[in-house]
Amino acid sequence: MAGQTPKEIGGINFGLMDPETYRDMSATKVITADTYDDDGYPIDMGLMDPRLGVIDPGLECRTCGKHSGSCNGHFGHIELAAPVIHVGFTKLIRRLLRATCRNCGRLALTEEEKEEYKEKLQRTKDLGGDPTDVLKSAVRQARKANNCPHCGEPQADIKHEKPTTYYEVQDVLSGDYSELITRAMQPDEPEDDEEEVDESEAMSPMDLADETGIALDRINEILSGEFRPRKEDRKALEKALGIDLTVEDMNKLMPSDIRDWFEDIPDEDLEPLGIHPQKSRPEWMILTVLPVPPVTTRPSITLDNGQRSEDDLTHKLVDIIRINQRFMENREAGAPQLIIEDLWELLQYHVTTFVDNEISGTPPARHRSGRPLKTLSQRLKGKEGRFRGSLSGKRVNFSARTVISPDPTLSLNEVGVPERVAEEMTQVMNVAERNIDRARQYVRNGPEAHPGANYVKRPDGRRLKVTEKNCEELAEKVEPGWEVNRHLVDGDIVIFNRQPSLHRMSIMAHEVVVMPYKTFRLNTTVCPPYNADFDGDEMNMHALQNEEARAEARVLMRVQEQMLSPRFGENIIGAIQDHISGTYLLTHDNPEFTETQALDLLRATSVDELPEADGTNDAGEPVWTGRTVFSELLPEDLNLEFTSSAGDTVRIENGQLVEGTIDEDAVGGFGGEIVDTLTKVYSKTRARVFVNEVASLAMRAIMHFGFSLGIDDESIPPQANEQVDEAIESAYERVQELISTYEAGELESLPGRSVDETLEMKIMQTLGKARDSAGEIAEDHFADDNPAVVMARSGARGSMLNLTQMTGCVGQQAVRGERINRGYEDRTLAHYEPDDLSAEAHGFVENSYRSGLTPEEFFFHAMGGREGLVDTAVRTSKSGYLQRRLINALSELEAQYDGTVRDTSDTIVQFEFGEDGTSPVKVSSNEDTPIDIEQITDRVVDAEFASEEEKERFLGRREEPTNLSEYAGPGLDKAGGVGVSDD
Amino acid sequence: MTDAVESVDRFVDAHEAVTEDIALIVEDTELPRRLRDEIYENIDGRGGVTAEQADEIAQAAESRYLDTRVDPLDPVGTVSAQSIGEPGTQMTMNTFHYAGVAEMDVTQGLPRLIELVDARKTPDTPIMVVHLDEEHATDREKAHEVVWQLEATKILALGDVSTNVADMVVRVDLNEETLLERWPTHEDPTEVAGIVADIVEDSLGVSTRHSGTTIEFGPDEPSYRELLQLVEELRDIVFKGIEEVSRVVIRKEEVDDGEEEYVLYTEGSAFADALEIEGVDASRTTCNNIHEIYRTLGVEAARETIINETMETLEEQGLDDVNIRHLMLVSDIMTNRGTVESIGRHGISGSKDSVLARAAFEVTVNHLLDAAIHGEADDLNGVIENVIVGKPVSIGTGDVDLRMGSAPDTTSADD
Repeated sequence: MAGQTPKEIGGINFGLMDPETYRDMSATKVITADTYDDDGYPIDMGLMDPRLGVIDPGLECRTCGKHSGSCNGHFGHIELAAPVIHVGFTKLIRRLLRATCRNCGRLALTEEEKEEYKEKLQRTKDLGGDPTDVLKSAVRQARKANNCPHCGEPQADIKHEKPTTYYEVQDVLSGDYSELITRAMQPDEPEDDEEEVDESEAMSPMDLADETGIALDRINEILSGEFRPRKEDRKALEKALGIDLTVEDMNKLMPSDIRDWFEDIPDEDLEPLGIHPQKSRPEWMILTVLPVPPVTTRPSITLDNGQRSEDDLTHKLVDIIRINQRFMENREAGAPQLIIEDLWELLQYHVTTFVDNEISGTPPARHRSGRPLKTLSQRLKGKEGRFRGSLSGKRVNFSARTVISPDPTLSLNEVGVPERVAEEMTQVMNVAERNIDRARQYVRNGPEAHPGANYVKRPDGRRLKVTEKNCEELAEKVEPGWEVNRHLVDGDIVIFNRQPSLHRMSIMAHEVVVMPYKTFRLNTTVCPPYNADFDGDEMNMHALQNEEARAEARVLMRVQEQMLSPRFGENIIGAIQDHISGTYLLTHDNPEFTETQALDLLRATSVDELPEADGTNDAGEPVWTGRTVFSELLPEDLNLEFTSSAGDTVRIENGQLVEGTIDEDAVGGFGGEIVDTLTKVYSKTRARVFVNEVASLAMRAIMHFGFSLGIDDESIPPQANEQVDEAIESAYERVQELISTYEAGELESLPGRSVDETLEMKIMQTLGKARDSAGEIAEDHFADDNPAVVMARSGARGSMLNLTQMTGCVGQQAVRGERINRGYEDRTLAHYEPDDLSAEAHGFVENSYRSGLTPEEFFFHAMGGREGLVDTAVRTSKSGYLQRRLINALSELEAQYDGTVRDTSDTIVQFEFGEDGTSPVKVSSNEDTPIDIEQITDRVVDAEFASEEEKERFLGRREEPTNLSEYAGPGLDKAGGVGVSDD
Repeated sequence: MTDAVESVDRFVDAHEAVTEDIALIVEDTELPRRLRDEIYENIDGRGGVTAEQADEIAQAAESRYLDTRVDPLDPVGTVSAQSIGEPGTQMTMNTFHYAGVAEMDVTQGLPRLIELVDARKTPDTPIMVVHLDEEHATDREKAHEVVWQLEATKILALGDVSTNVADMVVRVDLNEETLLERWPTHEDPTEVAGIVADIVEDSLGVSTRHSGTTIEFGPDEPSYRELLQLVEELRDIVFKGIEEVSRVVIRKEEVDDGEEEYVLYTEGSAFADALEIEGVDASRTTCNNIHEIYRTLGVEAARETIINETMETLEEQGLDDVNIRHLMLVSDIMTNRGTVESIGRHGISGSKDSVLARAAFEVTVNHLLDAAIHGEADDLNGVIENVIVGKPVSIGTGDVDLRMGSAPDTTSADD
């Protein structure tokens, strides 16, 4: 088949089209406004002419012979009865009319000026500027000329009445010039009787002649209206009498006039204006032929009742053809000019709205229902338009979307895929000797059993659907060289995504684990990069369709490859929430476990042997401490020291946790030290194994200890409550003092602030302190094993502030960073006296969430809460737009082999990325010197390496084995780990 | 070759413990000059490092160095854009107080970030941070002298204004103390009052009478309206300082070496004028208006300011973990053409070479129509254009021109 080879677009040229070209490429001329005849067949030379392409299945295109689906459609054309203006170019038409001569069509610039503008244009192009700016300035220059520098014709001003009417404006002598003159020669009517009699008598023609230097008889002729004064005489008369004798004469330029005018503009005069003379002749901006878009671009929809509903564009074209025909008929019948002009204007209106239906000043063309029509411009514009909606954002096959739910038994590299999805998403399997048995088995299973197949493709290219009925039979036929579209199975790689995709970790590759039920299952540790939770979030999955994509996804996009965030250069994946509470409980007080307990903690990890016991318990059984159990997960040569979020020093020596609490700063996401070190120094695979195992261990640990939070955990003893009340009471007193000093006028204002502002600030400060001290009192009364405290200290969830608000005092509510001051006149609520400045009248909530809020407090709290909600709503849209702009501006930048950063047209933006060529992924943002030579020297010269392996790793000679799957390669079984097994 | 030997000699000479062997080993690495020198210094500092050990040091450093480099063909632009855009969702919309300077309100958070990226001609709240030179920085009196040079002094700050409708005069009673305070070089308040009167005459075009510290003047012809007009105009006259600077706050701040000095924060900015003032340390004084910096100090300074201002804005919101390299890239593209361009329709995105890329961003139809008039051609080099036409994008893995070859086969030799 000819023309079937895939083609690639090499480039796109833009330009205007010559009406002759329209006619040449047109499949048919369209003359009838009707679409279908009574039998439902398209009418010849109508808007649905089968030569314009076909949309109904079964019909054949009369131009290319293809059927609907494979025929792209062909343009037709309408011969317009009279030229009309293209709305998109009204501004340019106005500029051209002003800049060129009405007589000879030449640009009203001298040769030197033309050269100058040509140069300017070239320079702007080279510098990447906007050529329209040059055009504007050239036009401004040309407008200055009163007479054409080429033919001397005086130039008239052009008035543009939006959207598509142009007038030539000339100052001509008013018709009643003689009366005007005579009136001006009479003395002014005395306004007031008081004023002395006007000394200047009526001006005689003689005086006028003297003053203007015009002959007396000429003056008399002018006065009698027999002679029209020339320009110079007129000026003189005007000056002498101080009147204006002219009126503006507006001569309407019909599109045909403009077209003639533009045809005279020579090519070389277009160049200085930046108009491409070959691609875009200016007269082509005035349409004489209207292209009719193919039927496929405006398909009609058949409604349930069999009626056809036409596309907006078709409706508009019907209007155009109707008016066009009426125009022609009227003109042939010799209708009066007025009617012709009206019809012309109507035709212009329809063509205008066909191109753009949102022109200001023009009522939009409406559908019968009153909805404005969506015409050409509207189809391209905006978020859902052709460009942003269809071309930049494409729809794809092999994708699935469903609700997500957690599954701690999965590895973070995996995703649980429901069977239904797995059966729909297929992978192409090329049948060969080595996999023919599997391929046959898939086909034999049919499309409904899970590891089955949906289609097979024979070597001759024919695709056969596998059905329940033919699967057995088909399975036997499968031979090497066939292709089998098999279901997704465990270990396949897919892409997983959650919107909004704000950073690259929002789209990562996972390995499939096919599971029952209907949700996607995730390991909870991948929630932070996706910013997902399980309150009903949905996510999308894409099955990859070629080997290149699958390889790229595996090597670059897998979750473990994305552990480090390029934003801050530390791990973004790590233990979260209960994992952290778990490790905290396990390591904080370093509890002891018996053998069964210890093994139970480690049962979900790859550790199956315990180290030497740390001692014995009272019963004489050997025991292992929590830290020892945790250390089992660490590589044997790990050495680290850092401060935990609980505040103690964590020391790890040779893979043993010697002291310290393991919490968020150790194993958490967003820079947990151990995970970060493992990813950077060991390998991503090792880090993945570690995170998985920490999560498992932590879950076991938290189950061992039990962890729950109830209302009683937020209660403090009554005497503590009294202390809180006292603290708040004293704050109230201090506020009262402030108010009285203020009222006495003794309050000293802070520099640059008014007294009122100072008072507000001081009150805010006092009340803020009050809440803090309430928090401190509450904190003192919490046991260290209080679950809320454990969570806050370990960084698992919540903060001490949350706890303070639950137990002590909620504190000051604020709107716009101030105490609440809105509501009624001079007061917030009717419950307070006007001008009450006290704490409680302005939104201080002294109760705790546990004790409950008073109605007033509740209201103020809701006000503060509302502000937060509004803020979030505004913020998301603003930051979304900011991100879109940033990405659009920077998307072309790429690091090159020579270390420079360039855009796609090879403009250098940076000579070395970030001034030093350091990757933000691999170096933490708050690290000054990524490479510490001193430390390296110390280690090489002094330090004995525990093993050769450690030294090799230190010197960077040892490549960590990479693992490409949970199911293959090193690190395959978690038990082996990666640190040990070498490959 | 001779070059290499020569240069090695230099290092051997410069460092006692560095032998020629060591130098040759270190010079053979791909490390940048800075790290090589650091290695020499460290070897020198420790002494007794064998060539073998030096080799190991060099290897360890080199492997670490190479590991931290950006990968070629890395789409650094997109990554940077995401790294700045993503935390935008976590920022506040509120304009809040400036860190420490409770007396001033400064636009912060997301609105400020948008303002910077937009390269607005004037920020919502222009501010200068004026550092003083040694002489003025530690002495409160002297620092105040600079303040009076900066802050726009209006009549209300100098004394009371009253109008006498009966005599059709405006009467200004100047405060002697303030006069002497603001004109520290003068000792006689009457003399200063004279200066004030002169300024009034110059700017209002009226003749004044002044005796002591009182100034009187009125309209030429008695007119109640003109009298009030004069008072209005009088209020706007700047007698001293920079008109744009409405307020100056002095703060004592700790500098790096633990010493304290006075720093001036101004509300309103006039950077070029401020640098001229005596006592101002021009090398440390900054301003939050990018365009003003660009006009007075040039693009490089503007680039630096964009980096600093965006970093500060992020830090203020607790997002100090954003890698500064991302901000550098944004700043670099904004200043790439030698002027400060905004990110968006009127700047970088609007001046792209590709018609399709521009059309896909904003104002779609106009870009297409203009392209037609200018007869533009789209070569489809960029990312967005290729997405549109459905071709692989020439960035990242799409930019690699490698094909997998078959295993070296014996049957056919050449390819």
